[in-house]
Amino acid sequence: MPYRSVNKYWGAAMFIYILYVLAGTGLVISFYKDRNKTKMALKKAWKSFENILPQFLSILIIIGLVLAILSPDMITNILGTRSGIWGVLGAAIIGSVTLIPGFVAFPLAAALLKNGAGYMQIAAFVSTLMMVGIVTLPLEIKTFGKRATIIRNISAFLFSLIVAFVIGVLL
Amino acid sequence: MKAFFKRYRVFLLLIFINIVIGLALPDIGLKSLSLTKQNFIEMISVIPPIFILLGLLDVWVDRATMMKYTGKGSGLKGVLIAFLLGSVAAGPLYAAFPIAGIMLKKGSSLFNVFIFIGAWSTTKIPMLTFEAASLGLTFTLTRLALSIIGILIIAVTAEKALNLEQQKKIYELNQ
Repeated sequence: MPYRSVNKYWGAAMFIYILYVLAGTGLVISFYKDRNKTKMALKKAWKSFENILPQFLSILIIIGLVLAILSPDMITNILGTRSGIWGVLGAAIIGSVTLIPGFVAFPLAAALLKNGAGYMQIAAFVSTLMMVGIVTLPLEIKTFGKRATIIRNISAFLFSLIVAFVIGVLL
Repeated sequence: MKAFFKRYRVFLLLIFINIVIGLALPDIGLKSLSLTKQNFIEMISVIPPIFILLGLLDVWVDRATMMKYTGKGSGLKGVLIAFLLGSVAAGPLYAAFPIAGIMLKKGSSLFNVFIFIGAWSTTKIPMLTFEAASLGLTFTLTRLALSIIGILIIAVTAEKALNLEQQKKIYELNQ
């Protein structure tokens, strides 16, 4: 079950917990120092969230659809049985279009390795998964504009292929 | 109401597509629905503290401070700060974009913001420990070493590929 909720993993739950503690502590200190500023901060927090909400909701649906169509079996199949450059490219593309949290992706990658996937393919998958975000492009464009976003993603994709190659040679 | 439809038209269209797929292929439709629900719960549990921190950052850190530490003249220190900021983060990459937006608004240099995004995407310390536990130390350290080089290369490439006019536009996007 590769797509289990991230909260089921202790590690992830722990970091989310830390985030809440940080935000809570920050709020308390801020409130103590200046009520109005704190109110403003909360207003700004809501505004910046509301600002990305349409893209955010769209992305949620796209991820759901992509993952429903691209089953874990299919992913295993492409990464596990096909080898060589096509396997690497396939892995890199899958990593680019999916948005699986690392806490779920790493155990999945480990399972794939055990089942005969190559290090090169897994490295390509892990690296693009983290650095390239096709479904989150609309959000990235909101901050960086089209040109910078496309350049960043293309360079990250190409770089991931280099990472895959080096890891494939080394391991 | 009209503005609402305009802003959410892609979302509404996607819901429509999902319903059509659900009617044609109930299996995939239901599965995507439950995945969407699962992801929604997951994201909604990470998002509140991130945006609260974002709001606090916006209110309490003034432009001069941010510029001093991560602005154009901040040099190697600025790069390191941006790198550390990204590395201690938790949460998915899409949560980093609004923070990058605030950094730009407060006067961080574009290069440092790209470093921040790069670090957030691939050298997050919490994630690295988990990667090492799953895939081994050799894999993780090799990827980490390469990633640090990659983050620099990507930041240089992205900054160099944008002329001054385009860079100004990115700052304007985040005012």
